[in-house]
Amino acid sequence: MSLFGYTIKELEEKLRKKELSASELVDMSFNRIAEVEDQVQAFITLNEEEAREQAKKYDEQSSDQKKLFALPVGIKDNIVTKGLRTTSASQFLSNFTDPLYDATAVKKLADEQAITIGKLNMDEFAMGSTTETSSYKVTRNPWNTDHVPGGSSGGSAAAVAAGEVLFSLGSDTGGSVRQPAAFSGIVGMKPTYGLVSRYGLIAFAPSLDQIGPMTQGVEDNARVLEIIAGHDQNDSTSANKEVPAYTEALTGDIKGLKIAVPEEYLGDGVDPEVKEAILNALQMFELLGATVDRVSLGHATYAPAAYYMISSAEASTSLARFDGVRFGVRAENTDNMIDMMKKSRGQGFGDEVKKRIILGTFALSADNYENYFEKAQKIRTLIKREFKTVFDNYDVVIGPTTATTAYKIGATDIDPVTANTNDMLTVPANLAGLPALSLPCGFSEAGLPIGLQIIGNHFDESTVYRVAHAYEQATNHHKKRPVLEGENK
Amino acid sequence: MSKINQDQVKQLAHAVRIEISDEEATKYAEEISQLLTQADKMDEVDTKEVKPTTHGVVTELGKVLRQDKPVQSITQEEALKNAPDKQDGHFKVPAIME
Repeated sequence: MSLFGYTIKELEEKLRKKELSASELVDMSFNRIAEVEDQVQAFITLNEEEAREQAKKYDEQSSDQKKLFALPVGIKDNIVTKGLRTTSASQFLSNFTDPLYDATAVKKLADEQAITIGKLNMDEFAMGSTTETSSYKVTRNPWNTDHVPGGSSGGSAAAVAAGEVLFSLGSDTGGSVRQPAAFSGIVGMKPTYGLVSRYGLIAFAPSLDQIGPMTQGVEDNARVLEIIAGHDQNDSTSANKEVPAYTEALTGDIKGLKIAVPEEYLGDGVDPEVKEAILNALQMFELLGATVDRVSLGHATYAPAAYYMISSAEASTSLARFDGVRFGVRAENTDNMIDMMKKSRGQGFGDEVKKRIILGTFALSADNYENYFEKAQKIRTLIKREFKTVFDNYDVVIGPTTATTAYKIGATDIDPVTANTNDMLTVPANLAGLPALSLPCGFSEAGLPIGLQIIGNHFDESTVYRVAHAYEQATNHHKKRPVLEGENK
Repeated sequence: MSKINQDQVKQLAHAVRIEISDEEATKYAEEISQLLTQADKMDEVDTKEVKPTTHGVVTELGKVLRQDKPVQSITQEEALKNAPDKQDGHFKVPAIME
């Protein structure tokens, strides 16, 4: 038995009937890691001893099982875990072995008895889309290890795709849950801004960041979001709203649903194989009784530029806390405090991080504020407005999650139009604060997964899940599994 | 034309307390110039009458404010646990002034 092919609901049943113990389930996760981690390289830190002890404890207690009893979960390494090293894939935090608290999302998982297997690789401080800016290792796509898993939540995507954990948490600032989910053939959800508490998520761009679940299937995803969502007094931007039962929305019925497809999302920058998969999916939605109309999101073209200015400006302040005083690695042999800070940050941060902090500082400086930062915030208003007009008439917006399938590792020849199209597909949902999910909708000839993106209205995750679930149940893409070299088939 | 030069990058890096080498400054200047050139595309959009947006979803302020009551969060010992250097219950840093 492996973690593949079982939903949370099915495992819950097996555990309840004692056909499976917590320890067996956790063993399954670590056995799989022993088998394939050499090739996948998804983890920065493993929590093996703790996890096994926890499982044993759960097996010994006879009290009632909670909602995620004994389920093996992986956590993106920018989400703090009490007493478990949290690095954000940066050397600056390589010695941060003893965080003082669990992020709210992690605490909620633990309260439901999920077991943390380890911390997952990512782009440093979530800045990147391939997981290659990690200062620890290069994570590989389980479908083809010459390719990247996407990013920044690349470890979170690869670990689920490779069956090392049952599900994971990622974070999405400009597509960092959805794009790796698409590249790695799994389901990834970026919830409405404010739905999931950001307390304990190491901030990149606080007005855009959201934690989201990454799972093998849609039902599991809805189940995990139900648990991690909700108001938190430790995050003043978390929404004070009741969390709906998303799993109850999975009726399979989308008759009469109104789908909008932005012209811009199927433009020239999108690879023909991806476009074909999306068009096939749209036909399936029509077969299921939905109507599909083309619309225009004219300002989406400007979203990537606005995103870079806003996210970098916010990052320049978010990352000011890494000063070598309270935690992290302090540079040695320094003359005075300023010198210590400059050297600590200069040595502790990688290129991408330093570049974005400098860009963000430039955009916020008095001479440039209006032309770059404020201009970007105004474009943000227009993008938000455009979506509002669409959602006045439609239930969901659908398009590809990415313009292409996963890049090759080390690729430096990515066409700027492709790169811009990729950003244009994912960042508008962050700028507008909308929920957006990616799920598998086919494979390229080379065997790499293709992702379909469903964007919903604010706090309407229920509709997004209902649509995704109806499509998933009508197709077989989610049943395909990657086969790694030397694996016991 | 380059939007930002090596010296400006070095000045900004100093302002945000990041030590960078000349090679890094040259490289960042080039890459940041490219990003700023892309950003100039935003000028095509008329935003004269548009107000800036800071958040996609705005939380109502009334629901955010709470009583200003001190509560126990972490202890002094915990706060100092991950510090690179400490002394007598304080964070210790190199000399601030000569």
